[in-house]
Amino acid sequence: MASIIQVSNLSKQFKDIHAVEDLSFTVEEGDVYGFLGQNGAGKSTSIRMLLTLIKPTAGSISIFGKDLSTNRNEILKQVGAVIEKPDLYKYLSAYDNLAIFAKMSGIKADKKLLMDQLKMVGLDERANSKVKTFSQGMKQRLGIAVALIHNPRLIILDEPTNGLDPQGIADMRNLILQLSREMGKTIVVSSHLLSEIELVANRMLIIHKGKKIVEGKVAELLDPSRSLVQIETSDNTATREKLQQTKWSSSLQNKEGKLQLKMNKEDVPQLIAELVAMQVQVISVDPMHSLEDYFLSLTTQPGHVESFAN
Amino acid sequence: MWNLLQIELYKIFRKPRTYLAFAIIAAFIFLIQLGLLVNGKDWMKFMLGSLDETMAFNYDELINGYAVCFVVLNLLLVHVPILVALVAGDVVSGEASMGTLRLLAAKPVSRTQIILAKYFATAVYVFALLLWIAIISLVISIAVFGTNDLVVAKTNGLQVIESNDVLWRYFCAFGFAFIAMMVVAAISLLLSVLSENSIGPIVATVGIIIVCTLISEMEIPIYQKYIKPYLFTTYMLGWKGFFYIGSTDDNETIRGSIQYLPGILKSIAALLVYIVALVGASVFIFRKKDILS
Repeated sequence: MASIIQVSNLSKQFKDIHAVEDLSFTVEEGDVYGFLGQNGAGKSTSIRMLLTLIKPTAGSISIFGKDLSTNRNEILKQVGAVIEKPDLYKYLSAYDNLAIFAKMSGIKADKKLLMDQLKMVGLDERANSKVKTFSQGMKQRLGIAVALIHNPRLIILDEPTNGLDPQGIADMRNLILQLSREMGKTIVVSSHLLSEIELVANRMLIIHKGKKIVEGKVAELLDPSRSLVQIETSDNTATREKLQQTKWSSSLQNKEGKLQLKMNKEDVPQLIAELVAMQVQVISVDPMHSLEDYFLSLTTQPGHVESFAN
Repeated sequence: MWNLLQIELYKIFRKPRTYLAFAIIAAFIFLIQLGLLVNGKDWMKFMLGSLDETMAFNYDELINGYAVCFVVLNLLLVHVPILVALVAGDVVSGEASMGTLRLLAAKPVSRTQIILAKYFATAVYVFALLLWIAIISLVISIAVFGTNDLVVAKTNGLQVIESNDVLWRYFCAFGFAFIAMMVVAAISLLLSVLSENSIGPIVATVGIIIVCTLISEMEIPIYQKYIKPYLFTTYMLGWKGFFYIGSTDDNETIRGSIQYLPGILKSIAALLVYIVALVGASVFIFRKKDILS
């Protein structure tokens, strides 16, 4: 499969703050690529660099096999984006907003195309209403229509579920899946709502404090056989030292104060048996296999970089 | 570029704020016209002061459409920059505060084109504003008060411009005012690029104009010598020069002449240099700017 986005050693520094540091990743054609991180992790800065809103301090971005810095307009003709809040011209109607951005995207959109697009996002009956009368969900849907009006190959959605109610979140999820499965679009979607990414993305990257923590296939990251198991014993420090002398040493995670092992779920009984044999008092054993647990465990270990895909 | 200009014009002329300036101007001019219609002779006597005692004036001829327009321009053109700033100061910063700037800048058009389209659209707005002033102050005044010779006060007395020698001077004056207002628009544009809220650039533009005007008018030698020649406000009132008519050695006015044409041309050149420098700076900064709004 062809690479749609190739980011190499991307960095952005604002005065003393390293917003993004040495970030590299690849998005393949047809991917729904999840971009995960807590607030302030560097997701939006990275996405804004993909859209040329922010100039990188270092590194390179290649989209559709072309360098973004030298082929900006050609590339952006094939990119649609919703960047954070879907802010549009409040004093204009939905139809006028869509017409303006269609024109800016370089296409001649007739009334039928514009109305079809509004119908797709369920706003055809409010086409002539001013955006200032719209709810957050309606604005978000109009933002999606604006992003899709020129039929882009690549769609970038930065926190698309922000401010939406549960129904709106579900609608957005369905739309992303529809765009990917039925229309074959490549989609980059960022969020701090991990459960949302879990449901739509096939590949993902976790970013923390501007650095890549992990990148890989969601299915592999969620693979129960690669579970993270957290154990609580009467003396975690002593248990860690004992485990370091065993075959489990390579599975031990550097989580301060907690005893975590990355291991196959099937091996848990054997581990417990060995701990008992070592006269360790086991209080609890918790397999952590949701993406959220995994994410939380990783983002507290800065500098931990690995790729599950490889 | 034409597409972008159309879009920018559409955005400017769909904003209610844009029409505020037109309404303010209409109200202001109608008030002046009404005042002069009702009480124009007394006002003119007051303005002429002691000259009224030494010379015989026909006030019915003095208060004509050309004279009313001249009064309007003297009173109004000083305040038009505020109305220009109201729109020009908002073109970039307004989009930043509304959140649409990031959408705009992520589209396949260059940032240079975006800024130039915004500036040209502002130029159309300024042109429309001045055309509106011309229609109301000149056309309506002529319709109501009729035409006659225009009497203009100069430092060394009064001069009379024949009625058939006046109209072209107004066209030139409005043309000059357009260039002067485009300097104001360029200042507002630059401040708008630097800001992320609408009010800041508008207030800052007005502040700059007030400070520069005060310095220009202060008769302090050091200011006159070292600062005044470089202030744009020094050249902004050059439109009045079109109403200073040339005269012979016998003090006979020369029809179709302008007394200080080189001075007017110098003012136009200075204002154009300001426009190029300010718009150039706006483009340069906007191209480098990280859009974080």
